[in-house]
Amino acid sequence: MVEPIAPPPVSAETMTLNMGPQHPSTHGVLRLILELDGETILRATPDIGFLHTGIEKNAEKLYYSQVIPLTDRIDYLAPLSNNLVFCLAVEKLLKLQIPPRAQWIRVLLTELSRINNHLVWLGTTALEIGAMSVFLYCFREREEVLKIFELCSGQRMMCSYFRIGGLAVEPPLDFYSRVDGFLKMMPARIDDYEDLLTENRIWLGRTKGVGVLSLDDALAYSITGPNLRASGLAYDLRKECPYSGYENFTFDVPSRSEGDCYARYSVRIEELRQSLRIVRQALDGLPEGPIQADAPGVVLPDRDKMKAEMEALIYHFKLVVDGFAPPAGEVYFPIESPKGELGCYLVSDGGPRPWRMRWRGPSLFNVQLLAKLLPGHLLADAVAITASVDFVLGEVDR
Amino acid sequence: MGIPQELATRSPVQRLTAALPDAIVEAVEFRSELTVRVEPAHSRAALEFLKNDPELRFNVLSDLTAVDRYPLEPRFEIVYQLLALKRGERLRLKARLPGDDPRIDSITFLWPAANMLEREVFDLFGVHFAGHPNLRRLMMPEDWEGHPLRKDYPVEGYR
Repeated sequence: MVEPIAPPPVSAETMTLNMGPQHPSTHGVLRLILELDGETILRATPDIGFLHTGIEKNAEKLYYSQVIPLTDRIDYLAPLSNNLVFCLAVEKLLKLQIPPRAQWIRVLLTELSRINNHLVWLGTTALEIGAMSVFLYCFREREEVLKIFELCSGQRMMCSYFRIGGLAVEPPLDFYSRVDGFLKMMPARIDDYEDLLTENRIWLGRTKGVGVLSLDDALAYSITGPNLRASGLAYDLRKECPYSGYENFTFDVPSRSEGDCYARYSVRIEELRQSLRIVRQALDGLPEGPIQADAPGVVLPDRDKMKAEMEALIYHFKLVVDGFAPPAGEVYFPIESPKGELGCYLVSDGGPRPWRMRWRGPSLFNVQLLAKLLPGHLLADAVAITASVDFVLGEVDR
Repeated sequence: MGIPQELATRSPVQRLTAALPDAIVEAVEFRSELTVRVEPAHSRAALEFLKNDPELRFNVLSDLTAVDRYPLEPRFEIVYQLLALKRGERLRLKARLPGDDPRIDSITFLWPAANMLEREVFDLFGVHFAGHPNLRRLMMPEDWEGHPLRKDYPVEGYR
């Protein structure tokens, strides 16, 4: 006998309502069990696991380099952030130095994926609150970002472009002009979104004072990223413990003190602009040099060398067939993904496969927060709050 | 095993030893990440101390997970990733549990964030958290058999 997931109702007067698993505003398969008194939410119980694919388990039987394509599929709105955190964690295990050019391109592309993520967030959130046109505009610009991803990796969404030790290939020549074009177009487009929303009375009515998250609660629930910054703490891992050369870039960390849906919106809008600033600096200051570390036991040899030198061919064969084995030990590498702190905890037993890979995604924490944020609000606000905290179910369930 | 000389003076190790003399089993530093392993019976007290001590203030629970060390015993390792937000300092706290009937105190009263994390470990590793308000499966269906992240659970599942 399987017990029901939700606790028993508070009284016979209340109604239990299932929002999801197939509800358009849950962006995937999230089930929220809401207990309602009239239109007021008394209790919210998130029920997750519908998208559980066992990525952590699968990683345990793959070589380190084979795990990279799995990571794309976790947070599929910011695949390059996932690639980055996994590569950085393995590189920390290996104590590998990454050449500056590879670091710069990594920063450039992860910031573009932040823009990609925030555009999807803004579009869908606006759609849920009833602003159809913002959704269309956001997806139009997002397509430009995806085209840039496709240009360098061959894939729009599942890029798998970063490698342990650097990048897969040198980006094609028209990559630079495309990014430049995007940077020139985007500021005016962000102004357009703001024209449509920032002082829009309906938008203000639906978001101001709704779903207020206090700083204490944010810390108690381990909330990070834009949600934490909207609750009054300008904490950003790119500033606090810079990785991948972020210390070389100038940018601001926006924060608001209100902690409501509107604060979460304004923080993300400002982050869009800051990301553009970082991409511009990365593009203009892109150093010359190799795109892969000089680590023959880890990085695949150059294709041309492989065809001319026996040694290189042997290395290539050995690496593909046997993988490489980092020393036994464990690392936890946190980065600032678009949704918050994305941590990769790797335990190595000295073999070629990770003994354990734990994916600390911010989405799970954001979903857990709903049980705290929703009670006391009207049912209609549940949609606005759920949308505003930003999660992706692929990362919640992994 | 034990606490190496150079780590004994680190403030988390030093203060924790002073407060709970029997708690620490081992302290390790690898790639400049400090890991402290405690007796499972003391894990709850140690975490409470690390969170509330005015000098340490590890006030954020970044993550809670487990590692299966099969076939070694004690088999399960519960891993707490702590963060002192003010200083940006991180600390990993661990406790090892035996393979038969692994159980440890829940820390949901310290950090509500631990709620789903402990449920996930319960679901995927079969570790019991004493005092958890709602310890039930999180990822797998309620009537699932076995704990998928255990090393003796085949990747393809049972057939």
